[in-house]
Amino acid sequence: MTAMPQVVIRKKGSQGPIAQDFAFHLDGTNLSKTSEFVAAYRQNAWKVYESLSIPTTKEEAWRRTDLSNLNPGNFKLPEVDQYKSLDKIPEKLLQPLTGETHGGQVVLMAGGAKTILDPALTAQGVIFTDLSTAEKNHPDILKKVMGKVVQPSEGKFAALPAALAQNGVLLYVPRGVVVEQPVHSLLWGPGAGLAYLSHILVYLEEDAAVTYVHEAASPTQEGEQKLHAGLVELYVGPRAQLRWVELQSWGENVWNFSHERVKVAEDGNIDWVFGAVGSHVTKNFSDLELTGSGSSGRMSGFYFTDRDQHLDHDTQQNHLAPHTTSDLLFKGALLGKSRSVWQGMIYVAPGADKIDGFQANRNLVLSEGARADSIPGLEILADDVRCSHGATVGRIDQDQVFYLLSRGIPGIEAERLIVEGFFDPIMQRIPFEGVRQRFQNAIHNKMESYQG
Amino acid sequence: MSELVIQNLHINIGGKEIVKGLNLTIRQGEVHAIMGPNGTGKSTLAYTLMGHPAYEVTAGTVIFKERNILDMTADERSRLGIFLAFQYPVAIPGVTVANFLRTALNARRRAVNPEDKGISIPEFRKLLKKEMDILRMDHAFAGRYLNDGFSGGEKKRAEILQMATLKPEIAILDETDSGLDIDALRIVSEGVNTLSGGDVGVLLITHYQRILNYIKPDFVHVIMGGKIVESGGPDLALHLEERGYEWIREKYENGITV
Repeated sequence: MTAMPQVVIRKKGSQGPIAQDFAFHLDGTNLSKTSEFVAAYRQNAWKVYESLSIPTTKEEAWRRTDLSNLNPGNFKLPEVDQYKSLDKIPEKLLQPLTGETHGGQVVLMAGGAKTILDPALTAQGVIFTDLSTAEKNHPDILKKVMGKVVQPSEGKFAALPAALAQNGVLLYVPRGVVVEQPVHSLLWGPGAGLAYLSHILVYLEEDAAVTYVHEAASPTQEGEQKLHAGLVELYVGPRAQLRWVELQSWGENVWNFSHERVKVAEDGNIDWVFGAVGSHVTKNFSDLELTGSGSSGRMSGFYFTDRDQHLDHDTQQNHLAPHTTSDLLFKGALLGKSRSVWQGMIYVAPGADKIDGFQANRNLVLSEGARADSIPGLEILADDVRCSHGATVGRIDQDQVFYLLSRGIPGIEAERLIVEGFFDPIMQRIPFEGVRQRFQNAIHNKMESYQG
Repeated sequence: MSELVIQNLHINIGGKEIVKGLNLTIRQGEVHAIMGPNGTGKSTLAYTLMGHPAYEVTAGTVIFKERNILDMTADERSRLGIFLAFQYPVAIPGVTVANFLRTALNARRRAVNPEDKGISIPEFRKLLKKEMDILRMDHAFAGRYLNDGFSGGEKKRAEILQMATLKPEIAILDETDSGLDIDALRIVSEGVNTLSGGDVGVLLITHYQRILNYIKPDFVHVIMGGKIVESGGPDLALHLEERGYEWIREKYENGITV
């Protein structure tokens, strides 16, 4: 990857005194079995990890997400093959969401992974495999992307999976290869008290194209706290096209943290679809970084919270080159006593002229006790730009409800129809029936359990 | 043959009495026009019959199919066979006309049989196309978001399409003529006439006589001060057009003061 202009990123680390910390250790075997490069990367990440404390609400990025109820000392990393004694994967999670079949599938589990890839894709040079296999067989490709998109120093929860990730995926598509069949990965995380650390790496060479769907899920109720910390590093080469769909379906006991970023080279494009319905607490950083002239990206987010869920999504659209385009639309609905935070920033670097940047966040608050915070932001250091943003937090319009009631539609269904309509602009951006169906089911189930 | 019987109806909004003892019976197949100056309680009556929560009924009954519908929620009233064509139809962004109507039809079917699986999509499409053809509506209309960005005429036609699809026994049309040009008025009126051939009782609420050139009422009532003060045949509407409401106001007010 060529040198990129310096980016201004909100500070995500922590320097305060350590009150309480995780009980993880840097596993020596994790380093001895891997390449020198990966070992050095992990050792460095571990040092960074040890120097950072768990963030507190005193830090700007964490101001709205309080971790004081997290019990970090209790989490354990899964042992090898532990998945064999835990809940099995629900069959529906293994089904393709993007059509009839997969081009490949990687299933990440507690202490293990399973990979299937169409031999035709292997013959074309496509790599789609779990991280430990990639460490053995493809160290040179890992070197291109690991630590090149997200730095471990960006935060405690970036450094942690960087140092210790047991679950990971490498997707590599060589120059000019257009993968027709979508690829799919699933991180399945049962087992109360476990910590799942994941690292997803995607590298698309020039003129490559692929659709990649990743889902993280666990059983709905398990009581004890569980941790997920994830890193997602995506690189889209010149004129390459990545369609990246991620679904967050963690169970009710999961504390979920992730640092995700895509770098897009000249005339490359990413279509990023994001759906979040699970977890107890989530803090997610998702950054679109347009580094090459003519690059573009679209981010479409769907979230629906209920009970006491707390989902905090922090997005950046960094325009680092001229003639770049970004378009973000995040829409969320809230029930119960849940809370959502969306904080978004469009950053335009000096000299990044002739850019279009758009961001909108819309929230529908369905219960008295729920709350949505929506904080848009612009930081423009170039002269010739077109940027716009919008943020709304609203409630269901009672005139709409009465209108639907007057047509014989019962109250619960009327509200559901209005909520579905609210999310329609997001659905319109998703070309996969399976993914849309997932979101529809989430709306249906959340509305139903709320009314019941 | 069902009939809607309104007896001694009193309605408050925000503590103020708007309708003060209204009596009216509408049978299936009859067209009743209610006319009157602005602010006399016409729309209040319409919303109250449909069950809008902002209107408080302080006295009276409205009996339909042996039930006092005032005890029922709006959706129950609708499923029982009452329909209100809104003066200002509400936009529901993101919900298509087709999706909305299918949901409404299925709610009706499930009210009869909780096990009902809903109307099949091909069957529904066929039904909707038939109704749209009668109203001379472009089939693309079904895919548009309900009332979202509709012109005044489109909104009113969408109301009549809903009425045609849901097949009520009593239809209340609240100022359906307002905001329509002559062509739109003609099309909407034809739609109502097609539907009201025998099975539907229509309560047509209007400020102007104009729509009555297209939809012929069997009965015309004048509402003033929250009561029906004059009833007659179609000639009463013509009379009102020639002479305005003043003569009734004088008669009514004199009647009260004497």
